[in-house]
Amino acid sequence: MGDNAVVIYGVALLSGCMIAGVFCGELLGELIGVRANVGGVGIAMLLLILAADRLQGQGRLKPISRQGIVFWSSIYIPVVVAMAASQNVLAAVEGGPAALLAGFLAVGVGFALVPAISRVGRSEKVESKEDGP
Amino acid sequence: MTVVVESLRSVLLSNGLVAAFAFVGVTVWLSYLVSDRLTRGRVHGSAIAILIGLVLAYAGGVATGGDHGVADIDVLAGVGLLGGAMIRDLAIIATAFGVHLSEIRKAGAGAVVGLLTGVLGSFAVGATVAWLFGYTDPVSMTTIGAGAATYIVGPVTGTALGATSDVVALSIAAGLVKSMLVMTTTPFVARHIGLDNPRSALVFGGLMGTTSGVAGGLAATDEKLVPYGAMTATFYTGLGCLLGPSIVFVTIRAFFG
Repeated sequence: MGDNAVVIYGVALLSGCMIAGVFCGELLGELIGVRANVGGVGIAMLLLILAADRLQGQGRLKPISRQGIVFWSSIYIPVVVAMAASQNVLAAVEGGPAALLAGFLAVGVGFALVPAISRVGRSEKVESKEDGP
Repeated sequence: MTVVVESLRSVLLSNGLVAAFAFVGVTVWLSYLVSDRLTRGRVHGSAIAILIGLVLAYAGGVATGGDHGVADIDVLAGVGLLGGAMIRDLAIIATAFGVHLSEIRKAGAGAVVGLLTGVLGSFAVGATVAWLFGYTDPVSMTTIGAGAATYIVGPVTGTALGATSDVVALSIAAGLVKSMLVMTTTPFVARHIGLDNPRSALVFGGLMGTTSGVAGGLAATDEKLVPYGAMTATFYTGLGCLLGPSIVFVTIRAFFG
């Protein structure tokens, strides 16, 4: 079997993390009784980080397998462009002044809070470091 | 001539995803060309590509009357698959490869504070706007507030509370406006709000919450920040669906019921 065959190991690792993470997100949603996936993609990302870290530490994630993950991460921007091209822009524009204002203000408040809350995280980080074992 | 057109059509129809790769590839290439030549690289190529995508989506919506932008044009249906939740989530997760766990631990507290503030703040803003426009009953105020969170939290909350369909539609529109604004304005605002490191990206994802908006906005700002923002953003919609029909609705009803 050629070395190239193992590219699929990387893709399979990525896919496995996604299925496991999204599955956990669904279960979490069921558990707290909401009709939505709670953090499935975020959980999958954590799984991938942990799995890749462990496998690389053991030297079991070969560069060629890594390519199977790196390809998908580098195709990310085109995927986002395709996502933008398939949004319901018409509905957003036709939503009228109430929808425009609500969306606009929500974004403005969000932007304004980024610096303040980034600081909150930093000071708590210092405290927890001092408290930590 | 019609034979040629018909054959091309049938080839595009039966190879939708491949046609989408070519279509998006040309769009991205053009965008980087515009970025280089017209803005001398000042506006990131990805930002222009996303903007072109949104404009095309608008044109697609006008042409077909559908909900999925360009993807409603049959020969471009593959764009919907390429940009749909499945491939998008796979690509987002792949960006986590190479993320440093220590960065996430460092920002953990800030990210959680950002998430809660982002969800509750959006509800407050949306409900206030709803009230200003004459939607003064608690159900409509909560539903439109939910839409200001994301365009998924809106209809989920509205359905749970029994909101009318025009209010649900309005909440979806508010969420769409938010998502598109985040996609297009983030690269221009980033520098002024210190959005240039993993920590602030984690907070940003939690504050904004719209996965598509955060994913697009950060891609156009700095690709390295994408996984951090996307990670917290994916918890936002679930949190919004949890808090909306419960705590937020009860609170709004206590004041306006």
